Amino acid sequence: MTSLSIRGVTKRFTATPVLAGVDLEVPAKSITAILGPSGCGKTTLLRIIAGFTDPDTGTVLFGDRPVFGAGASVPAQQRRVGYVPQEGALFPHLDVAANVTFGLPRAERRDSGRVAELLSLVGLHEDLRRRFPHELSGGQQQRVALARALAPRPAVVLLDEPFSSLDAGLREGTGRAVTQALRTAGATAVLVTHDQGEALSLSDQVAVMRQGRLVQVAAPADVYGAPVDVGVATFVGGAVLLPARVDGDLAFCALGALPVSPGDAHGDAQILVRPEQLHLHSDSQSGGVPTRVVDVSYYGHDAAVRVDLLPSGPQVVARIIGAEVPALGSVVWVTTRGSAAVYDAATTPTVLVSEGPELS
Amino acid sequence: MSVLVALLAIIPLVFVIVYTIAIGPQEAWHLLVRPRIGELLGNTVRLVVGCVLLTAVIGTACAWVVERSDLPGRRLWHVLLAAPLAVPAFVNSFGWVSLTARVEGFSGALLIVTLSYFPLVYLPVAATLRGLDPALEETAYALGHGHWRTFGRVILPQLRPGLLGGGLLVGLHLLAEFGALQMLRFPTFTTAIYDQYRSSFNGPAANMIASVLVLCCLVLLLGELRLRGHQRYSRIGGGAPRRSPRRRLGRLTVPTLLAMLALVVLAVGVPIGSLVHWLLVGTSTAFPIADLLSATATSLSLGVAAAVMTTVLALPVAWLAVRHRGPVSTLLERSTYFPNALPGIVVALALVTVSIRFVRPIYQTTALLLLAYGIMFLPRAMVSVRAALAQAPPLLDDVAHSLGTGTVSTMGRVTVPLIAPGLGAGAALVFLAVVTELTATLLLAPIGTSTLATEFWANSYSVAYGAAAPYGALMVLISMPATYLLSREARRSVPA
Repeated sequence: MTSLSIRGVTKRFTATPVLAGVDLEVPAKSITAILGPSGCGKTTLLRIIAGFTDPDTGTVLFGDRPVFGAGASVPAQQRRVGYVPQEGALFPHLDVAANVTFGLPRAERRDSGRVAELLSLVGLHEDLRRRFPHELSGGQQQRVALARALAPRPAVVLLDEPFSSLDAGLREGTGRAVTQALRTAGATAVLVTHDQGEALSLSDQVAVMRQGRLVQVAAPADVYGAPVDVGVATFVGGAVLLPARVDGDLAFCALGALPVSPGDAHGDAQILVRPEQLHLHSDSQSGGVPTRVVDVSYYGHDAAVRVDLLPSGPQVVARIIGAEVPALGSVVWVTTRGSAAVYDAATTPTVLVSEGPELS
Repeated sequence: MSVLVALLAIIPLVFVIVYTIAIGPQEAWHLLVRPRIGELLGNTVRLVVGCVLLTAVIGTACAWVVERSDLPGRRLWHVLLAAPLAVPAFVNSFGWVSLTARVEGFSGALLIVTLSYFPLVYLPVAATLRGLDPALEETAYALGHGHWRTFGRVILPQLRPGLLGGGLLVGLHLLAEFGALQMLRFPTFTTAIYDQYRSSFNGPAANMIASVLVLCCLVLLLGELRLRGHQRYSRIGGGAPRRSPRRRLGRLTVPTLLAMLALVVLAVGVPIGSLVHWLLVGTSTAFPIADLLSATATSLSLGVAAAVMTTVLALPVAWLAVRHRGPVSTLLERSTYFPNALPGIVVALALVTVSIRFVRPIYQTTALLLLAYGIMFLPRAMVSVRAALAQAPPLLDDVAHSLGTGTVSTMGRVTVPLIAPGLGAGAALVFLAVVTELTATLLLAPIGTSTLATEFWANSYSVAYGAAAPYGALMVLISMPATYLLSREARRSVPA
């Protein structure tokens, strides 16, 4: 397995620029998720890595082997990439065993031990080997597609929204099985997705893409905890955004004085806290800010509670565990744990509250 | 290549247009405004309207019974209802005429063409009914609609593309029908063209009537387009489609069975029965083995050659249309559909005139006949080949390339296995059509070349019913496997 380097890649379709200079390093044996709303160019980037599409400029390296650069392009069939498209795209005329061994040399295709090994790698039972694609569930099809991609021991594995066609219930289990298989195989993988949860939970590195550019490339915890801008912050999770005045390592806002990392800008700014940093208390002893509960979305394991700061303050949202849901209309006190992230003041003062990830 | 195919396909249309312009308005007026033309027009319109309505009702009713009710033996009924396609309309009318002369004239003609052509409506409507999302009907029931109102307001609109498409096919077939109507002595444009051409080699008159016929076809085509409109009929959203529950017929089971039985007996039983009757008891029955064998061999080899040639011609055009969508490829594809609206007699007439005028050496050759088949049946091959290519989306090529498979190897291991069944179905359709083709064969077959259809025609037209019977029986026998394949294809083509 090799690392993958993308440098200065651009691509335009007729007049529309799709990729505007993309740089990305994917270390060997790691999983990188490219996260972005639909239409941001992430699938085009994946197709460029695979060799199905050529970029206009830039270089693509597998390890230190250039597969695209200086106008020369290695065709897809010689790049040794494993490609798992949306909905699997299994060959409908071949059974599971023939699909899995499609990319192997003729002699190895007969080796039934190899099929069993590959199927168990993706967590499937060997009994499925004679089934045809239409006899498999969506999750099984996706796993067979991964086994097929891994069989020829590719340099890089590319997954294009592999779980988006699955039911919510199947998605998590299939995602876990797929990442486990990728790690067992020691694969270098790039996963394209528009699902924040998927990107954060399955990858070692998240590359957030917006309008043909990578705006932040970092570990999942850093993307969530220290997003580079408000756009990324609201895209990867729920957000409470408030105007504030920053002085030293404290930010003063409607929620009180919150710690910020030293070195952040001084003066007028906006600060961001995550809904799960807010805590609700039933009495004023906690020293929190008084609020009135205006809306409760109960999910079982947790709940999103919208409260209006009293007397006429902005509305914020708190994510609390399901057992502690306050009554609608009651007065509760809000405290904030942890530090806030600081951004430049918006030109117009905004209060943005989002309960969870929203697209674009 | 594609351009060449498209050009071939529009030869007849161009011929008709050029001819009409060349003949000049005065002469055209003189040839057209005659009581004879009025009579022909009346006959043709009457027959088309009546037959389209009847086939629509019968085809839809049969489709509903087979796909949506608990009628016993539905698989068998499905095959039986497609079976009339194996009996060419002129063999059907032979079956009736040789029993009783009372079927001559309008009502007899209407009866016989309806019995011959209702499968053209039945097959697409049945396929649509199978593919319908039951959730739509359930929603209608939940909104308080009864069974009949649901059928009228929810199911029928969904069936519209199938019904209109089937109706269009019936109409076009009728406009092109020659043998059946000639035998029933019911003159329409097509029979009149043939008579003009044969009796007096009266080119201008025949060609002028051909122009009117083409105009009728265009009216049908435009009418269908207009009625179909721009509505979408696809399922929205994901999830696996469920099968609709079947309705219990209860006390209606026996009457329904009897009605279906009557239909099949009239449509298939009568012609086959009368073929058997003439084979066994006809006084003129003779088994000239050598003639039978040679006609069979000619029919088979023409059928196979035309099937292969037409499928090969359709491939590049379909490939362009599926893989490289664009205004040019769409135009090329559409132009190959024109002959669908042109009766065989017009195609034949055009090729006769064009070959005599420009390429004399191929007049009266098998090559010209094959060319006519190619032009006439290209649309059938196109439909199948297109559908087959859609079974092999480019994404699968990408996947194969990513697994290290080169272009040629991908063709062999992915594309060809995926499209082969569709190509086979297309070729079978063309074969079926060629074996039972009569009109163009009569006009274009080189002297001395006789096929099953032309032999059957020659004998039955001279009232040698017994001598005709073996040829008809052989034609039906040869058509059967292809028809069976076709009925199976229609069941499978809807995603399970």
